[in-house]
Amino acid sequence: MWTWFHRLASPPSFYRFADRLAPWLLGLGLLLLAVGCYGGLFIAPADYQQGDAFRVIYVHVPAAALSLFVYVLMAVAGAIALVWRMKLAECAVVAAAPIGASFTALALVTGMLWGKPTWGAYWVWDARLTSELVLLFLYLGVIGLNQAYSDARTAARACAWLALVGVVNVPIVHYSVQWWNSLHQGSTILSLEAVRDPKISSSMLWPLLLTLSGSFAFFFAVWLRRLQNEVVARERGANWVRDCVLQAPLAAVSNEQSGMTGPELDPSMQSRQGRQRHGEPRGAD
Amino acid sequence: MNAMLDAAWAVFVRELRLALRRPAEATQPLVFYCVLALLFPLGLAAQDVGLRAFAPAIVWVSALLAALLGIERLFRADVDDGTLEQWLLADVPFPMLVGAKLAAQWLLIAAPLIVAAPLIALALNLQPQAIGVLLLGLLFGTPVLVFSGGFAAALTVGAPRAGLLIPILVLPMMCPALIFGAGAVRAAQVGLSVEGPLYFLAAMMVLSLTLLPWAAAGALRNALE
Repeated sequence: MWTWFHRLASPPSFYRFADRLAPWLLGLGLLLLAVGCYGGLFIAPADYQQGDAFRVIYVHVPAAALSLFVYVLMAVAGAIALVWRMKLAECAVVAAAPIGASFTALALVTGMLWGKPTWGAYWVWDARLTSELVLLFLYLGVIGLNQAYSDARTAARACAWLALVGVVNVPIVHYSVQWWNSLHQGSTILSLEAVRDPKISSSMLWPLLLTLSGSFAFFFAVWLRRLQNEVVARERGANWVRDCVLQAPLAAVSNEQSGMTGPELDPSMQSRQGRQRHGEPRGAD
Repeated sequence: MNAMLDAAWAVFVRELRLALRRPAEATQPLVFYCVLALLFPLGLAAQDVGLRAFAPAIVWVSALLAALLGIERLFRADVDDGTLEQWLLADVPFPMLVGAKLAAQWLLIAAPLIVAAPLIALALNLQPQAIGVLLLGLLFGTPVLVFSGGFAAALTVGAPRAGLLIPILVLPMMCPALIFGAGAVRAAQVGLSVEGPLYFLAAMMVLSLTLLPWAAAGALRNALE
């Protein structure tokens, strides 16, 4: 188990692992989202008080849950990157930030659209909404900080520090509805009490659980793909990138040009690899 | 232990001495604070009753922006002349020296703001009974502002294109201080209990004083490598 874990941390084996896993996760996520959205929008009954407006929870709740989850994930990856100086964890921080920012923005926008018919206002300055907005700014700070540095590793570790300090905000977002008087309602599904005495009808609950798990699967698929990009961008001078990522198209091209049987025998290919070993910079390909 | 305190004290005194050599530059945050806070009444009609309601927010937002002024340059000179590398090599823990520098910055930037705040508050028609709460809030809140500003400056010290990035990084971290600081003054204005928000501010101050020097030191170390 540990050796498997250690091997996974090396960029080439992670790249291959992610390549195999990401399509399955993406398919699973889209399937769950499709079924969940159909169930939520067409099968679940309208709420007796909110009417059809409640259906926005099938987007809003998963987006909000992921906005918090992704930030915690970023902070954990940041701690790993700072303590063990693991390259993959550095990439994980940087790759997660834009996805988390999108989910936060989605949660804010869907919340506003729901708030207008239900509360009568798009926005109120209460604890939950304000702290979620601060979370969005924290994400934007991480994205901006990452782009301010020219060296990718320094940038990623600076982002890791920022993520670690900013994680203070996550419990504030989560508990804001309990600590302060808020217009935002409390949690409906995430408590032991709710299992014994459900606060939501099962006809409304199952689509929510499907879109929730579907969103998580979708996030992990996108995250893995972004991680692959990040890893390849950093290791672009390494041989394994040449072998593993660029081999197939190059082999096809060289076969067409020279009519040789394999990429190993192609002289142009060999000279390219040789140049790579000497660390010569390469154009964007 | 004594050597550690001596080193921290030396850093503290050095900061003050450097600032006092350029007195005009050292007073800039204070002047900026007064000008900024006194611009708001100019945007309102004369004798507008809204001014009193907005006074807590104006005083606090002005303090926040004044604390941001010049924060980008906080570590730059020390990086350029190699001071920070010497601190890294020293026997004394690096976070302690960073903390001493930030404490000196608080004395230079924030303490004058607190002294000037009653005058600003009176100019903004704030009720006199709320001024004590305002000062106590600023006393607890300004270390949060200065230390989180120092952390953001440490994060961006190696980045040539930092520019507007520091306010973006640091303003979300300063939001809680603004909310509770201005909230305490508003509560005092209407005669409600002010203890809750003041306790929150004090807790944030303790967290900032104890944890942010470590975070800032880590970020500086990362930028210097």
